[in-house]
Amino acid sequence: MSTVAVPMQAVPRRRALDARRRILLNGLAFTAPAALLMLAIYIVPMIVLAGFAVTDYRLGALAFEFVGLKNFADAFSDPVFMRAMWNTLIYSLIVIPFGVALGLGAALLVHGTRRTRSFWEVAYFLPVTATLVAMATVWQFLLHPSIGPVNAAIRWLGFEPVYFLSNPQVLIPTLALIGVWQVLGFNMVLFLAGLNSIPKDLYEAARLDGAKNPLDRFFVVTWPMLGPTTMFVIVTTSISALKVFETVAVLSKGRSGSETMLFALYLEGFEYANTGYAAALTLIFLAIVLVLSIGQTLHLDRKVHY
Amino acid sequence: MARITRYLPHLVLAVGAAAMLLPFYWMVLTSVRSASEIFDISLLPTVQGFNGPENYGRAASQVPMGRFMLNGVIVCLGILVVQVVTAVPAAYALAKLPFPGRGLFMTLVIAALCVPMQALALPLFVGLAATDLLNTYFAMMAPFFLSVFAIFLFRQAFRSYPDEIIEAARLDGFSEMEICWGLVLRAALPSLAAFSVFSIVAHWNDLYWPMIVISDINLAPPPLGMLLFADVESGANYGALMAGATLITAPMVVCFLLARRHFIAGITMTGVK
Repeated sequence: MSTVAVPMQAVPRRRALDARRRILLNGLAFTAPAALLMLAIYIVPMIVLAGFAVTDYRLGALAFEFVGLKNFADAFSDPVFMRAMWNTLIYSLIVIPFGVALGLGAALLVHGTRRTRSFWEVAYFLPVTATLVAMATVWQFLLHPSIGPVNAAIRWLGFEPVYFLSNPQVLIPTLALIGVWQVLGFNMVLFLAGLNSIPKDLYEAARLDGAKNPLDRFFVVTWPMLGPTTMFVIVTTSISALKVFETVAVLSKGRSGSETMLFALYLEGFEYANTGYAAALTLIFLAIVLVLSIGQTLHLDRKVHY
Repeated sequence: MARITRYLPHLVLAVGAAAMLLPFYWMVLTSVRSASEIFDISLLPTVQGFNGPENYGRAASQVPMGRFMLNGVIVCLGILVVQVVTAVPAAYALAKLPFPGRGLFMTLVIAALCVPMQALALPLFVGLAATDLLNTYFAMMAPFFLSVFAIFLFRQAFRSYPDEIIEAARLDGFSEMEICWGLVLRAALPSLAAFSVFSIVAHWNDLYWPMIVISDINLAPPPLGMLLFADVESGANYGALMAGATLITAPMVVCFLLARRHFIAGITMTGVK
């Protein structure tokens, strides 16, 4: 009996083993291309970057030396980089609150409409899809002191024309204005998704509990329920604000001290070929972005945003 | 009073929308205006002479505008194809095939999601310079061949695919490749569509990386071409400049208007821009 049973059991077991081995090998084979790319695009470059950051390597130089943390020390006493950090901070401090608040405001208003809803979505979302470099040249024209319509309106109202793009004092706020224009629709759509997921009966319950006017209901229901969305929108807006580059490249080219972090990094690394120093700047930039993007990714891991 | 509160939201939205759309209106309007009318700052289309053909002709002759667009198409499609070809099997393996190192690979994917492309630009640039690959399509596309976001997104979508069907397909003699591409991906086509939109829009509009690796004007994608064009014209001919801007912006805007739902889903499924 048992002598017959052993081969009977062993065959399916071996087959199951084969199947498991096949799955295992397939798993390795299926991830191999992505894993190799991961090595080539992320892992090796990261190690090389960290290596550059502690040397005085210049692109094309034959020799370089280990300089320890000198590049980092230099960065924090470099007036240009410090100015770039400061400009990026000012830019972010305008884009984040306005981009988020106006995005929320637009979402609340659009959420209340029905037949016109798709029109508003298109109108507010259009700047998100449009090529920012091209739109920046349009803004340059719109804000032109003598032939731009914005200054024509300002003059018509009886004020002095504003030199948006040549007066260093208003240059960064002007770039931030364009940043808000670009990010608003993106945030609006994220908020709309958040608003759609709030159960309707919560509003009914709040009304019965005495939240009579819409403003009360906003603070009792909408605002707390939107909490996670708002956090996500703030983090996302902050990351894109830290990465501001296109508008600077087109509109100011870093003129009159208007470099931002990424633009300063671009100049050091790719225009001046100060590879070692730029690597240190990159790591500083990365450290700042990581604080935000880790939070963002953890959120993403819990719920993908559609 | 009731009427005011009913129409007030629309009024506020209309004012906002006017501000959002003003640059587009001004761009298209100027692109068909004659040079003499450029200094007429009226917002109304007082067409003294329709100058569209001349402006668009100048935009196309001053710089190789058609070439920029072609470069944009080549780069976007090249990137997208490699991204999908590498990410789909990897995501399938992460979702459905237990293999040693799966946890480690997933951790690496999540970690890579946190790293912006700009942080990798410097070593990648040095590597491409050392191998004499600057000023090639390959240089423009290579850093984006792996999309960890695609892996992440597809894994999420594939995980909900029923294991029983995969088992049954295996017993029926389907190869793992056929199961991955023919069954599991087919069930996740909305994710593929959303990702495609995300990827194409991001790379059509990207300036940072092309600006680093491309100096040959014939290889410039649309944003870099626009930047070069703006420098050539330097405010001398706004009609032609706006015609160029219209041409470069048009493909994404037209696609957006045609497939609004897909576009909004694709672009906003992440803040990882």
